[in-house]
Amino acid sequence: MSGYVARLKVWRGDAEGGGLEDFRVEVNDGEVVLDIIHRLQATQAPDLAVRWNCKAGKCGSCSAEINGRPRLMCMTRMSVFDREETITVTPLRAFPVIRDLVTDVGFNYTKAREVPAFVPPAGLGPGEYRMMQEDVDRSQEFRKCIECFLCQDTCHVVRDHEENKQAFAGPRFLMRVAELDMHPLDAAPETGLDRGRTAQDEHGLGYCNITKCCTEVCPEGIKITDNALIPLKERAVDRKYDPLVWLGSKIGRRRP
Amino acid sequence: MSVVDRQEWDVVVVGAGGAGLRAAIEARERGARTAVICKSLFGKAHTVMAEGGIAAAMGNVNAGDNWQVHFRDTMRGGKFLNQWRMAELHAQEAPQRVWELETWGALFDRTKDGRISQRNFGGHEYPRLAHVGDRTGLELIRTLQQKIVSLQQEDHRETGDYESRLKVFQECTVTRVLKDGARVSGVFGYERESGRFFVLQAPAVVIATGGIGKSFKVTSNSWEYTGDGHALALLAGAPLLNMEFVQFHPTGMVWPPSVKGILVTESVRGDGGVLRNSDGKRFMFDYVPDVFKEKYAETEEEADRWYDDPDHNRRPPELLPRDEVARAINAEVKEGRGSPHGGVFLDVSTRMPAEVVQRRLPSMYHQFKELADVDITAEPMEVGPTCHYVMGGIAVDSDTAAAREVPGLYAAGEVAGGMHGSNRLGGNSLSDLLVFGRRAGWHAAEYASERAGQRPRVDDLQVDSAAAEALRPFSAEAEAGESAGGPPENPYTLHQELQQTMNDLVGIIRREPEMKQALEKLAELRVRARRAGVEGHRQFNPGWHLALDLRNMLLVSECVARAALERTESRGGHTREDHPTMDSKWRPVNLLCTLADPTGGLAATDPARGQIALERQTTEPIRPDLLALFEKEELVKYLSEEELSE
Amino acid sequence: MATGTEPPATEPHPRGGVHTPTRAAIAAPHLRTDRWWLAPAATAAGLLAFVVYSTWRAFANADYYAAPYVSPFYSPCLAENCEPMRGGPNWEIFGPWWGISPAIIILIFPLGFRLTCYYYRKAYYRGFWASPPACAVAEPHRKYTGETRFPLVLQNIHRYFFYAALLVAGVLTYDTALAFRDETYDWGHMGLGTLVFLANIVLIWAYTLSCHSCRHIVGGKLRHFSRHPVRYRMWQLVGKLNARHMLLAWTSLASVALADFYVYLVASGVFDDPRFF
Repeated sequence: MSGYVARLKVWRGDAEGGGLEDFRVEVNDGEVVLDIIHRLQATQAPDLAVRWNCKAGKCGSCSAEINGRPRLMCMTRMSVFDREETITVTPLRAFPVIRDLVTDVGFNYTKAREVPAFVPPAGLGPGEYRMMQEDVDRSQEFRKCIECFLCQDTCHVVRDHEENKQAFAGPRFLMRVAELDMHPLDAAPETGLDRGRTAQDEHGLGYCNITKCCTEVCPEGIKITDNALIPLKERAVDRKYDPLVWLGSKIGRRRP
Repeated sequence: MSVVDRQEWDVVVVGAGGAGLRAAIEARERGARTAVICKSLFGKAHTVMAEGGIAAAMGNVNAGDNWQVHFRDTMRGGKFLNQWRMAELHAQEAPQRVWELETWGALFDRTKDGRISQRNFGGHEYPRLAHVGDRTGLELIRTLQQKIVSLQQEDHRETGDYESRLKVFQECTVTRVLKDGARVSGVFGYERESGRFFVLQAPAVVIATGGIGKSFKVTSNSWEYTGDGHALALLAGAPLLNMEFVQFHPTGMVWPPSVKGILVTESVRGDGGVLRNSDGKRFMFDYVPDVFKEKYAETEEEADRWYDDPDHNRRPPELLPRDEVARAINAEVKEGRGSPHGGVFLDVSTRMPAEVVQRRLPSMYHQFKELADVDITAEPMEVGPTCHYVMGGIAVDSDTAAAREVPGLYAAGEVAGGMHGSNRLGGNSLSDLLVFGRRAGWHAAEYASERAGQRPRVDDLQVDSAAAEALRPFSAEAEAGESAGGPPENPYTLHQELQQTMNDLVGIIRREPEMKQALEKLAELRVRARRAGVEGHRQFNPGWHLALDLRNMLLVSECVARAALERTESRGGHTREDHPTMDSKWRPVNLLCTLADPTGGLAATDPARGQIALERQTTEPIRPDLLALFEKEELVKYLSEEELSE
Repeated sequence: MATGTEPPATEPHPRGGVHTPTRAAIAAPHLRTDRWWLAPAATAAGLLAFVVYSTWRAFANADYYAAPYVSPFYSPCLAENCEPMRGGPNWEIFGPWWGISPAIIILIFPLGFRLTCYYYRKAYYRGFWASPPACAVAEPHRKYTGETRFPLVLQNIHRYFFYAALLVAGVLTYDTALAFRDETYDWGHMGLGTLVFLANIVLIWAYTLSCHSCRHIVGGKLRHFSRHPVRYRMWQLVGKLNARHMLLAWTSLASVALADFYVYLVASGVFDDPRFF
């Protein structure tokens, strides 16, 4: 299991254009794709642009597409590939490219700003919050998100339709809406903000056709579709489409 | 010369980790227009790597905990070299800072009665670390990031512009703090994406850039940890404090080679993991130092009982402060009782059921599964020491976080020195970020508003020379030919040599001849670094970025080596083989590093002299009421006769 | 100055999707090297097979009753032209004017339930509509509005179909109970068909209860599980089933076809139901 030389195709270029370039790089035992990119940088292409940070799958910086699949370079072991195989590394293809493997992920930061923040409950000071573990479990799962934006990249709603970027927040930020809507102490309802409704009206939940690619690519294994997006759709149905719930609220049963 | 984009702000925060973001939030809430600059994307800072938790004496799990106990633990951990006022403020304010996070949306793990759960950690007498599984740092950074966004949303509602009062300049690097006379006038930096230069004019600058780990080969730190803030402060004329104290975390991954150094959280031990050598022996029982003898279990049986009944048993020696554990592992490996890849075994698989491991240590399970193909629920991990944290840093005023000598300069977080003394306890860094991040933001905003009418001027000459300095690597080739100093150097090679030097010669165990050798090597690297050349253009060019970061790493490395050579004792994160014991005469001594050439120039100076001047300074005596928190018998172990008699 | 927060481009480009001019210039619509087409192709084949079979059987209007078994496609049988089933689920709500197969009346409900099911939506959006065919494989459509407009906005009525599916599952449970008779309507007997019906009804219930709407209604909609321990428990149970929703969707689809096919074989006289007692 000692070293060998791998064949690599890496996309190089910028917004003006570019293409896949061939490289041959040494690979050692236990290495990941990011190690190989770094070796490439140190020995053959010193100006190869790549974003990375923790190299341990915790920061979500080194997102790229490896053999056409959105992945973290630091968490993709070279041993999953055949030694004869040519490994293709490209930047994320849903976002504007800046240079080489670096893309402009500003879309995500714009969308993050459009989700109203946590509303602290009135009358509870710091240190007075009481929440049960079972009540925070769901939101905690979503807060595992490392914002690698692979789900945003793979989601065909924006990947294949640039024009939808205006209306659609993407899985990551719909999940953020779900996280807040499930937060046991979020006081948004008291201020008249109905997160379930805004998910559909303002963040484009209806664009999601639950084809689950976001869940497939999530490096944190968050069940984005089953635990965030579908429950959000169901919450939107509660507000807008369910006659029994509507009847219940008319008769005067309190909202859960 | 270059036309440089200029903007005016009240407070500029360099660094967007926990301390930087907390400072920015505070400054903005106190009315200062605040800019935050970070090298990575917003929300990717190294703080996300913190796993274990935030130490705060809330007493949710053990009601016996309070700030005095926390203060005592912190001082013990730091071997009484801590800037005691910082340790006091830290212990007192940490609970407030944690609770405040909840009002911003943080979701910590809960106790049965719905309060914030707290876990055990090395050196902490009671369960004290607020945590979220083993991804507490991520929760912290995300909460602060989302708080910033919520403030921006407020500003947007009022002014129509998200960035009118608080703006994050992401993927930008600051290379110089600018000055107007003695005081700060702003920062000079470049956008990594485009390579364009910019100047942010501001009366107050908060440095919160984290650590220096990237100067070492085996490290848990990310690429950002190139000691930028330390160097910026030095170059601006502010002294660095006690740079010899570098913490080697006892448990980093040792295999495979590409992930060597990546952290294995201390919670593994806090939750029941034990260290064994190749003979299967729990060797930590042999390494309990005298100062800690009464506090730690002497038998495996007692240690095991402690997890369920901490009130009637003493804690296992695996939970000694990090410096002790790291040295013990180092010694075991050296004596031939190490694991196959040169570490020791850390085992949870025989200590708890697989599903408990997966629930309590999810990201460790994940990390070993993905990166090393090791199932930690079935087999032990191999671990060894890794460079983790620098206790030394910018010398600051305890209450205001103001750097010495340079009005308008503030520092918080890992880049600031003093708080942790000679060794930091696990969990104290996240609380440090919050407590002193807030204080830095607060006092920077206050300072800026007091000087609202007399904003400092930015000196064009400084801007031009900063720009010239930053462009130097592009012309290295031409220059190298002219001066016949040698061929242009590859910055990656220089960096690797630097890391190897620091790791081998100024690493976990230090010897005088090796450190002298390191200083010579650093001098050589410094000369060669002036010829570091890069290809391509300024747009997102990592070779160029590294060439610029080399200046900082070389400066900081010299500080570490020089201070380590000077301090002839072993204490906390500084272990001298030739001076193996703690010396109470060194207890009240701080070592301050300043730039040898006070004009801030960095001419390739004579190797022997180097760029750094060292100065010894006696610390302020510990306040009597704080000393009174300790038993006399304990103080005897740390303080000298004279100190005690006072 | 770059802060990464400038608003994104909004103009639809003539060459859209991954070929939008601002993105990395790569001619291939995707670079996947694995057999990504296998899953959607298999899904499409499976669904197509069921559609063909069920269309044939639903319109056949024959061989759906062999005492004591009634085909799940024809239960409950609500028209006058139904075969009489003693004690069976036939109520003549629809009069003599209903001329075609009575299966059509009732099939609309389970069909609607499955058509709007969150799993099947994924399956046919990918398998039939290629929207997307697989992750990070460009879809062929120029415009996409998802489930924001008519008719796909109607997917939101999944919950009505869930309520209906509960009733249908109730009737099928009744049918399964009736299968404990023999061909002379004597109680306390079992045959191979009884086992087929039992297996089918278990899978039908498991599929129905594992539905995402069900998960939401029993507990998912709550803000505080700690205040509703029973519903929290139910939510957890449904959640466990829900994790296997795909598996249950396929196995119950197969079992319902199998149950119908079994009745067909017995009713058309291909073979006699082996009786155990």
